[in-house]
Amino acid sequence: MGVLGQQLLNGLVTGSAYALIALGYTMVYGVLQLINFAHGEIYMVGAFVGLLLVTVVKLPFLAALPLAMLAAALVGVTVEFVAYRPLRRSSRLAVLISAIGMSIFLQNVALWIFGPATRSFPPPFQVSVLQIGPLRTNTLALLTLGVALVMMVGLHYLVRHTKTGKAMRAVAQDRDTAALMGINVNRTIALTFLIGSSLAAAAGVMVGMLFNAVVPTMGVMPGLKGFVAAVLGGIGNIPGAMLGGIVLGLAETMGVALLSSQWRDAIAFAILILVLLYKPSGLLGARVEEKV
Amino acid sequence: MLVIDGIVTHYGPVEALKGISLEVQPGEIVTLIGANGAGKTTTLRTLSGLVRPTRGSIQYEGRELTTAPPERIVEMGIAHVPEGRRVFPMMSVVENLELGAFTRKDKAGIREDMERVFELFPRLAERRNQLAGTMSGGEQQMLAIGRALMTRPKLLLLDEPSMGLAPLIVENIFEIIQEINAQGTTVLLVEQNAHMALSIAHKGYVMETGRIVLSDTSAALMKNEDVRRAYLGG
Repeated sequence: MGVLGQQLLNGLVTGSAYALIALGYTMVYGVLQLINFAHGEIYMVGAFVGLLLVTVVKLPFLAALPLAMLAAALVGVTVEFVAYRPLRRSSRLAVLISAIGMSIFLQNVALWIFGPATRSFPPPFQVSVLQIGPLRTNTLALLTLGVALVMMVGLHYLVRHTKTGKAMRAVAQDRDTAALMGINVNRTIALTFLIGSSLAAAAGVMVGMLFNAVVPTMGVMPGLKGFVAAVLGGIGNIPGAMLGGIVLGLAETMGVALLSSQWRDAIAFAILILVLLYKPSGLLGARVEEKV
Repeated sequence: MLVIDGIVTHYGPVEALKGISLEVQPGEIVTLIGANGAGKTTTLRTLSGLVRPTRGSIQYEGRELTTAPPERIVEMGIAHVPEGRRVFPMMSVVENLELGAFTRKDKAGIREDMERVFELFPRLAERRNQLAGTMSGGEQQMLAIGRALMTRPKLLLLDEPSMGLAPLIVENIFEIIQEINAQGTTVLLVEQNAHMALSIAHKGYVMETGRIVLSDTSAALMKNEDVRRAYLGG
């Protein structure tokens, strides 16, 4: 029982990071029908900015996190402006290739600035180990869970109960008609990138500290996992991305406990293949019809 | 009120509008009739800024709106009910209507206008919390018109409001269009159902393959031999 509980807790922490990344994928897909493959690199940028703010500028965590989110959000919006907006009327394949190009570009810019070596990311506060009944964890893992939870609740409120959120949903459901309502579509799309990127950056900062490692290629695998989580939950569906992230995190840690840690990535992609084969609309997705 | 002068619109290399000119006076119902593919929808989409004309000009209340973006055009008082209704399917009736008022900030006025929409369309009031995508075609058309009224338009652009609806519902919707007009909103109505359209319009334009081939009062168009043969079934 103790082992199972321990794995559940670990899976929840990993899953909450996946969920934060998956939200950006799913929100962007919602408004543009684009899989933004540069999203993993935004997560990496967030981690690096967080690292610099903590180790060089010596900012406390509560200041470094929002600033890292803001910086990565600006990078995300710039990517949209430079690489996706000019292709608004082109085929979806053209935009997808542009996204892959942006991913490679951002990785190489990071390599050029920071070099290929892994840097350690010491948390700017004392991390203490906690024993809760049979479960062992630490304050950093719990903080990660807490940050993810606060952001997901905030996002849910924004999307469901504010005018901005209503504009985002309208653009996702019917872009032209949203424009006829007086919604500035381009600004709404930029805002979607802004929010999605800031969530990925928060995940980058937290995971960077959790694993005490930041490296230019760190966004590749979590980026793909976030994509898997978004598909698992139902691409375009915001609660689905949250659920998909948590389920993926739990499945991975459970699988690792049952098999071995080498199976971690195989489990994620097996889930992707199974979802695409048997339930392409995902756990919560209902709409699968193609827009004409 | 609205003066369109020689607009040409392209979809890629294809010329969809080949120089359209038309005029709408305040208080009128003007209809644009013609076969499928004549360019009626493109004319409305150009007017509301969804597509840009490559030549020609659009003047509205003396102001130039040829290159204005859709959100500015809405604020200037032109509302567009698109072809196929295009309600937001995953939102409720009330949310759809609220989106119609997206550019407005006068909370009291918005509430008032929503009540007015519910008076015009009692069916919508009964279904105010239903998801729009689950309603019948007629109800969705009522919602699409109601949503446009929420912008408080001076000029209402209607694209095929009769499309796919039962005759009884079409009649009901056309009565409401007349009522909206009587309350002071100018209407530009695009229709394939020429008979219905001419029966409520003051003036009509006939479109064929991107051009306007005929314009006159509705009464005269209904008597015109060519119009009768081509659009009124004899």
